[in-house]
Amino acid sequence: MSGGMNLNLIVWRQENAGEPGRMMPYKAENISQDMSFLEMLDVVNERLINEGKRPIEFDSDCREGICGACGIVINGQPHGPKRGCTTCQLHMRSFKHGDTIVIEPWRSRAFPVIRDLVVDRASFDRIIQAGGYISAKTGSHADANAILVPKDDSDKAMDAAACIGCGACVAACPNASASLFTSAKISHLALLQQGKAEAKARVTRMIERMDLEGFGNCTNIGECESACPKEISIDMIARMKREYLKAMFAPIPQQKADAAG
Amino acid sequence: MKLDAKSPEGPLARKWEKYRGEMKLVNPANKRKYTVLVVGTGLAGSSAAASLAELGYNVKSFCIQDSARRAHSIAAQGGINAAKNYSNDGDSIWRLFYDTIKGGDYRAREANVYRLAQESVNIIDQCVAQGVPFAREYSGELANRSFGGAQVSRTFYARGQTGQQLLLGAYSALMRQADLGHVEMFPRRELLDVVLIGGRARGIITRDLVTGKIERHAGDAVLLCTGGYGRVYFLSTNAMNSNATAIWRAHKRGAFFGNPCYVQIHPTCIPVSGDHQSKLTLMSESLRNDGRVWVPKKKEDLKKHPNEIPEDDRDYFLERKYPSFGNLVPRDVASRNNKEVCDEGRGVGASGRAVYLDFRDVIKRDGVKSIAEKYGNLFQMYEQITGENPYEVPMRIYPAVHYTMGGLWVDYNLMTTVPGLFAMGEANFSDHGANRLGASALMQGLADGYFVIPSTLGNFLGTVGPSKVSTDAPEFKAAEDAVRLGIAKLLKVSEKGKKTVTEFFRELGLVMWEYVGMARSEEGLKRALKTIPALREEFWRNVRIPGTGEEFNKELEMAGRVADFLELGELMAKDALHRKESCGGHFRVESQHPDGEAKRDDANFSYVAAWEWKGENAEHVLHKEELNFENAHPTTRSYK
Repeated sequence: MSGGMNLNLIVWRQENAGEPGRMMPYKAENISQDMSFLEMLDVVNERLINEGKRPIEFDSDCREGICGACGIVINGQPHGPKRGCTTCQLHMRSFKHGDTIVIEPWRSRAFPVIRDLVVDRASFDRIIQAGGYISAKTGSHADANAILVPKDDSDKAMDAAACIGCGACVAACPNASASLFTSAKISHLALLQQGKAEAKARVTRMIERMDLEGFGNCTNIGECESACPKEISIDMIARMKREYLKAMFAPIPQQKADAAG
Repeated sequence: MKLDAKSPEGPLARKWEKYRGEMKLVNPANKRKYTVLVVGTGLAGSSAAASLAELGYNVKSFCIQDSARRAHSIAAQGGINAAKNYSNDGDSIWRLFYDTIKGGDYRAREANVYRLAQESVNIIDQCVAQGVPFAREYSGELANRSFGGAQVSRTFYARGQTGQQLLLGAYSALMRQADLGHVEMFPRRELLDVVLIGGRARGIITRDLVTGKIERHAGDAVLLCTGGYGRVYFLSTNAMNSNATAIWRAHKRGAFFGNPCYVQIHPTCIPVSGDHQSKLTLMSESLRNDGRVWVPKKKEDLKKHPNEIPEDDRDYFLERKYPSFGNLVPRDVASRNNKEVCDEGRGVGASGRAVYLDFRDVIKRDGVKSIAEKYGNLFQMYEQITGENPYEVPMRIYPAVHYTMGGLWVDYNLMTTVPGLFAMGEANFSDHGANRLGASALMQGLADGYFVIPSTLGNFLGTVGPSKVSTDAPEFKAAEDAVRLGIAKLLKVSEKGKKTVTEFFRELGLVMWEYVGMARSEEGLKRALKTIPALREEFWRNVRIPGTGEEFNKELEMAGRVADFLELGELMAKDALHRKESCGGHFRVESQHPDGEAKRDDANFSYVAAWEWKGENAEHVLHKEELNFENAHPTTRSYK
C-alpha cells in the first residue's frame, strides 16, 4: 500500500440552519490512496474527537454509491473531480500529497444546512410526493408479461430511473434548479406504457411543486449532467419540457380532487 | 412459554388460502380507527406502510435516513426471485419452495416458505404495474437470469440495481399515500424503545436525530422493518447506519430472538485494503454466472501477474469440486471454499486473503459489449474502488458479512412473542433457515409488506378491536425516562472516557469475525464469550462521545448502537456455541464430513432456537420451535 499523503482541508462548519457558518482549516495526515474520501474524513474526525473537538458532520450510508445520502462539494465540484462518481466512491488516489481541498455542503435555498456538510433535502421527497409515481394499487395485478415494453424504451426508462436523488444536480446548477432530478422521474415514468395514463397530471403537479420549493429555472447550462454521479443526460429535461407542453394543450384529469372526494 | 408457530392446518399448498378464508377482517370504515406504526422504510417497511395506508389504516412511517428512499434495500444488486417459469425451464412454486428450504439447509419453517414462493409471482406483477423498469428481451417480455443454489432461471433484475428499483417502486407507492394524507412521514428518527401496555405493543419512543428531541408515538400495532444486524462485525456490506437497536430493544421488552448465529457471509466482495476500511462492497453474485473463480495451483505463482499464469496452472476449485453447480454453488459453500484455499496459502493479492473472479473466457466468447451491458455498473464500481480494470485483470474477491438470517422470532402471522409487535423482512428470522439464496431477500421483504401483513395484521386488529391509548400513559413516561437515562449514562461515561466509539466497534468486529465468523469452534466461541463482556464493561467505563444529547450528534447515535451490538454479539456467540452442528452459514469445525463439507445433525438440532431476555444480569433462556418437514424431506445438501 502506498500511503502517507498529507493534505490541507478547508471545511465549512455551521452549527445549524439559524447560525452563520465559516470555513475552517484542518490537516489530514498519513492518508492512504486506497481510502475513500469519506474514510479520509473519518480519520480526521477520529482525531478531532480525541482532541475533544466536535467532529465534522456529514451524511453517508451505503458507501457504495447507490443510496444518495452523501454529497459534498469538493474544490467547487459536487462529488469531486471524478465523473460519474459519488463522494463515497471517490478515492484518495484522485489527490496528491500536499493538496489543499476545499470542502462545502450543497448550496441551495431549497436545501437548508442542518449542520456542517449535512443538508435537508426533504424538498425532493415533496416533489416525488406530488405525483412521481404510478397510481397502481398495492396488491395483485395482471400478469407482468401482459404489458409488453419495447426493450429500447425499457432501457431508456432505466437510464432515467438510475437517479439516486443525491441533489448534486442542484448543487452544480448556477440557478439551483432541480430540473434534472425532476425530469429523471418524469422521463422514467413517461417512457413506460404503465406511466402514460397519468403523464399530464404528473408533469404539471411535479413542476409546480418544484417551483414552489424555491428551486431555480433551467437555462440549459448543463452543469447538472456533468456533476451527476449516475451520468443522467439533460435529454431528460428536454423530455420533461415536451411532456409539460403536451399537458398544457390538453385538459388535465382532476385526479387529485377525485381521490380526495 | 410454549412457542406456537400458528401454521394453519391442512396440505401445504392450501394453508395460506385456508388462513385467508378463515381470518378476521376489519371492515373498510373501521380501518381508519386504527393507527399502525411502521419502523423502517426498506422493502418490507415501505411496501407495508403503503399497502396498509391503501387499505385505509392510519400509518406513521419512521426511518433513520433523511429520506425513506435511502433505506439499505437500495443496495441490493442482483435480482429478485419469482416462480413465474417464464423461462420454461421447469420452475414452479414447489421448486422455489424446495430450493429455498434446501438452500436454507432445512432450518426454515415449511408453511412460511411455501407462502413466500406463492406470493413471489404476485410481486413481479405488482412491481411492473408500478413502473419498475425490469430488464426486458427484444420481444418486450421480461428477462431472467440464473442465481446461486438454483438450476432454473427465475431471477428478475434491473441491471445491477434491482434493489434500488424495487425500493424506489415501494417508496413511490408510499409517497402516493403520503400525498393522500394516509401516511405521516418521520424521517431522521431512531427507535429507542417499544412501549408495552397490558403486555401488548402500543407505541414507540423515538429520537429526532436533528434536534435530539425524545418523542412518544402511540398506535394499535408496531411493525419493525429495520433490517439485519450484520454491522455487529463492524466490516460488512451493510450501510453505515444499519443497526440492531430497534430489534434488540424490542428483544429486551420480550420479543424472542430467533437463530442469532445464522449469518450469511457473501463470497464475492471486494477485499479489505487497509485499517482505514469503513465498510465492504459486494460484487453481485450474478457475476458468478459468467466469471470463473480460481487461484494458482502452485504457491510460487502467487507473485506472477494473473494473466501470465497458464490455464494448466490454475485451480478452478469450485468447478473442480462441484461439477454440477460449479461457480453457482450457494453462498455459504462458495465462501467456505474461498476461505479454505486462502488458508492453504494460495490466496492472491497483497493480503493473501482473496481469490480471482475471472471474466477472460466470457469476454472472449461474447465480447466486451455484451459483458458491459450485463455488468457495466459493477465493473465500474470495482474499478472506482480498487483502481483496477476488471475487463483486463481478473477481479480479486473475498467473503464478507452480508446478511443475517436470524432475527426476531415470528409466527405465521409475522408477529413476535409480544402481541401487537410484528417483525418483517431481514428483521425477522423466518424464511431463509440457516442460509439465504441469492435474490431471495428482496422477494421476502416485498412478500411480507405487500402481501402477507395486509392480511395477518387485519386478522390481529380484527381480533383485538379498536381501543385508544394516550401517550400520557405511565408506561410511555417510564419508557421515555429509561431512554433519557440511557443517553445520560453514555454522556456521563464520556466525561472521563478515552476511547472513541469506532475503536470499540472495530474491536468488537474483529472478535466477531475471528470467532463467530465463517468457521466456528468451541474454543473460539468460548473465547468470544469472555472477550465480549469484558469489552462491554470497558465501553461503559471508557467510551468517549463528543457533544450533547440535545443536538445533531452522529457519534452519540453510533454509541447507542454499539452498546446494543456489544450485547447482541454475546448472544450470537452463545447461540453458535449451543448449536453443535454445522448448517448453512453456521459452520462448526467439530461437525464436518471427512471431505470438509458441513455436517448437519437433524436428530438433535432440527429446531429454531428462540432466546428469551431475562434481564441485565441474568442468562438468556433458550426456547425451541421444533421443525417438521412433511413435504421437503431433509437430505444431505449436495451441490456436487
